[in-house]
Amino acid sequence: MDFLNAALGALLFVVLAPVGGGLVAGVDRIVTARMQGRVGPPLFQPFYDVFKLMHKETMVVRRSQNFYMVFYLILMIFTGVLFFSGGDILLVIFALTLGDVFFILGGYKASSPFSFLGTQRELILSMAYEPIILLLAVGLYRATGSFNVADINAYPDLLIVFLPGLFIGFLCVMEIKFRKSPFDLSTSHHGHQELVKGMTTEFSGRTLAAIEVGHWYESVFVLGLLYLFFAAKPIMAVVAVGLTLFFLILADNAFARFKWQLALKSTWMMAIVLGVSNILVLYYFF
Amino acid sequence: MTACLLLLIRQENLRRVIVIFASVCLAAASIALLSLHGSLEITLSKNCNQFVSNLMLVAEMAIAGFLIWKSLRYRYFLAAFLVLVQTVIMLGFEFRYGHTMTIESDLFIDRFSILMALVIGVIGGLICIYALGYMKDYHRHAEMPDHRNRFFFIFFLFLSAMFGVVFSNNLLWCFFFWEITTLCSFLLIGYKPTDECRANAFNALTLNLIGGLGFVAGILYSHFVCGTVELDKLLNMRPAMVLVPAVLISFAGLAKAAQLPFSSWLLGAMVAPTPVSALLHSSTMVKAGVYIIVRFAGIFEGTVPGLVLAFIGGFTFLMTSFMAVSQSDAKRVLAYSTIANLGLIVLCAGVGTYEAVWAALLLIVFHAASKCLLFLCVGSVEHRIGSRNIEDMSGLVLRLPKIAIMMEVGMAGMFLAPFGMLVSKWAVLKALADYNPFLAVLVIFGSSVTLFFWAKWIGKIITVERAYQEDEIGPPLLETVPLLMLAVLTVLLCGLFPVLSGQLIEPYVYENYHEIFSLGEGNIIIMLIMLGVVMLFPLSFFMYGKRVKVVEAYLSGLNIQDSVHFRDSFNQVRGMGMNNYYLIDYFGEKRLFSKSIITGIVLTLLLLVVPWIF
Repeated sequence: MDFLNAALGALLFVVLAPVGGGLVAGVDRIVTARMQGRVGPPLFQPFYDVFKLMHKETMVVRRSQNFYMVFYLILMIFTGVLFFSGGDILLVIFALTLGDVFFILGGYKASSPFSFLGTQRELILSMAYEPIILLLAVGLYRATGSFNVADINAYPDLLIVFLPGLFIGFLCVMEIKFRKSPFDLSTSHHGHQELVKGMTTEFSGRTLAAIEVGHWYESVFVLGLLYLFFAAKPIMAVVAVGLTLFFLILADNAFARFKWQLALKSTWMMAIVLGVSNILVLYYFF
Repeated sequence: MTACLLLLIRQENLRRVIVIFASVCLAAASIALLSLHGSLEITLSKNCNQFVSNLMLVAEMAIAGFLIWKSLRYRYFLAAFLVLVQTVIMLGFEFRYGHTMTIESDLFIDRFSILMALVIGVIGGLICIYALGYMKDYHRHAEMPDHRNRFFFIFFLFLSAMFGVVFSNNLLWCFFFWEITTLCSFLLIGYKPTDECRANAFNALTLNLIGGLGFVAGILYSHFVCGTVELDKLLNMRPAMVLVPAVLISFAGLAKAAQLPFSSWLLGAMVAPTPVSALLHSSTMVKAGVYIIVRFAGIFEGTVPGLVLAFIGGFTFLMTSFMAVSQSDAKRVLAYSTIANLGLIVLCAGVGTYEAVWAALLLIVFHAASKCLLFLCVGSVEHRIGSRNIEDMSGLVLRLPKIAIMMEVGMAGMFLAPFGMLVSKWAVLKALADYNPFLAVLVIFGSSVTLFFWAKWIGKIITVERAYQEDEIGPPLLETVPLLMLAVLTVLLCGLFPVLSGQLIEPYVYENYHEIFSLGEGNIIIMLIMLGVVMLFPLSFFMYGKRVKVVEAYLSGLNIQDSVHFRDSFNQVRGMGMNNYYLIDYFGEKRLFSKSIITGIVLTLLLLVVPWIF
């Protein structure tokens, strides 16, 4: 039974996550547009974009740069599969890190100044969010007594009650992972800025499509992680996930891009002040 | 083992064949040991042991004389004084009490010793072979008399001393071999006759001698209070009784493992030829330090001194990882990362639970293979491109493709998911989650930074800044073969780690704790799948450059003919350059080093004080 559940979770993720991720991106674009007083694109615009990319010519600067991105996609799928089949959360995080590293190496390999700059920043962002997400794993373990996502999911109490500090810290991680302002340092949605397109400057065609789909998988995984905070009450969880997304989009529109110094400092501060104190309370008072 | 030791003493006359033969024998002997250990009995007779002890006494005096002479000659009085104190105490002790002591067995062998022997034998052997090729090149560049015969003699002496350390049961013997490793590292670091090398060699000597004093004190305490100097008996006593000698000897271990505040000697040791660094960092010296600490792990479990020890390790891990970020000298990055990983091992030993010990043993093995590979790669690269600055390594995949790929394997082994180090980190986090939240926080922040400095180094190797030409000569065969074997070993180790863990590490942990730590089959399968995914990467070469159109990089439209030149605002053609971030304002040595040392001293003093209170 356990095995069946796990297999089902994994299968659903592989099939549905791109759809879900794409839809989230579509909603995101509409809500953002409304906040800025525009109508915005159709809901399915992200899918149209990706299909169009797949028919474009793939241009590269360095012949091997695309493989890193293919591995990024594979590892993002792998991370999600591990997560939704209820695996060990530390392993999930390590798989995520591995995917990140491939993404970063792709940026390095492209060897253009703009991709290089974006890559440096992406690397700093990875360093910035890693502590929070690892602290979260320890916090979840401390609260539920297990590192297994399946057990954490089945825990009868609302986990946000135990982990409020880490929840706020996790919002930062989400901003980074969704590439939202103020943490959109490594790539940007608008090619006319100082960063051009950052990391993805030199990627095109099918590879850019793969990056986009990888990003959708990643988004769904991150939302899944968010869901765990409210897993005890599924309906409430869905509402909370929706509200959080709205908050992220609001923040995206309200903030200007941070410099990397501020990005690093603020997330680490968040991790130390909120994350660590949250963990300490869990250890010494529960 | 004795046969092996005897074999090595012939090394004084340098013959390439002999070195290779001896290295292979060494490795083969360690592997044979693995299969034989069930039936192996130490069959040295009592008389013979007495004879060996006397021989050691003589050797000890000779070494002390040599060191004092050297120290006085170069006016390092502190070192001379330390040698003198140590020797006088030890000789006095042995003459006064040596004959009344009853020692049942001077040597012993268990799975931990075998594991260490494998590391020393196999990896040490490969370094010796590599050194043959490297030292030939080295002397072509360096302006100094050729002392290669002496060099290899010390190398093998070092390895035998390491075997001595891990197989000694009698602490007096262990101490003797311990001091030999100190001596050998002193000689190897000072191999090149320059002032800098000499200063660093004496620094290493002094710090290790301070540690050695701890060992002496530990031996005296265990004789007078615990009533024995045999390791196995000590370990089987009530933990509370043995705590003081355990702390004293671990103090020696901390010095040897270059933990804060002793870290400076290992950083200074970089001036030595690269094979020496590789030897010090991977299979010998520092591993002797952590070996002895991990031996006492069971004693430390749940005690306050254990907690302090764990904090020393955790703090070292954090601070040295930070400082590694700000370094662009490849060897220095490696040195900091070594200290950091040793910190992690010390932390595990201080925690002392069965999970932590399991992780510590795995760390020892994996770290040895990957770090050795990396050092040797850097050595070869330095000889080919004339620099060991990471910023000079751009495009290395095009210039020295073979070495660059092996280097990437080594780095991946240090921090990426399916490889060994990360498995151990995973186990460490699990062990800490139940133990102490502060330690977990130290490890979490330290490992986030680890990701940063390794990834930017790998990135630099694959970045292309200029038009490169492949280096046609390449490193000599004697260097590439050991490198290749180490790279294969690194990969194999993570595929075979369930076997390694099941055969050697789990039984050892079980013997000592009567609890089995295993990762669960499901998780192992997942790791193997991940490994499989990464192993697919070489397949990318088959698809290399198909179905893509190669264009110039975007240089704001100012490209001149290719992706690496542009027209600047003065209408001049310029090449482009891209350098990594080093975050010196945050993680710079200037900012952190002295503070780390001071905190390290405070923690170490605390370590020495607490066992008397609790």
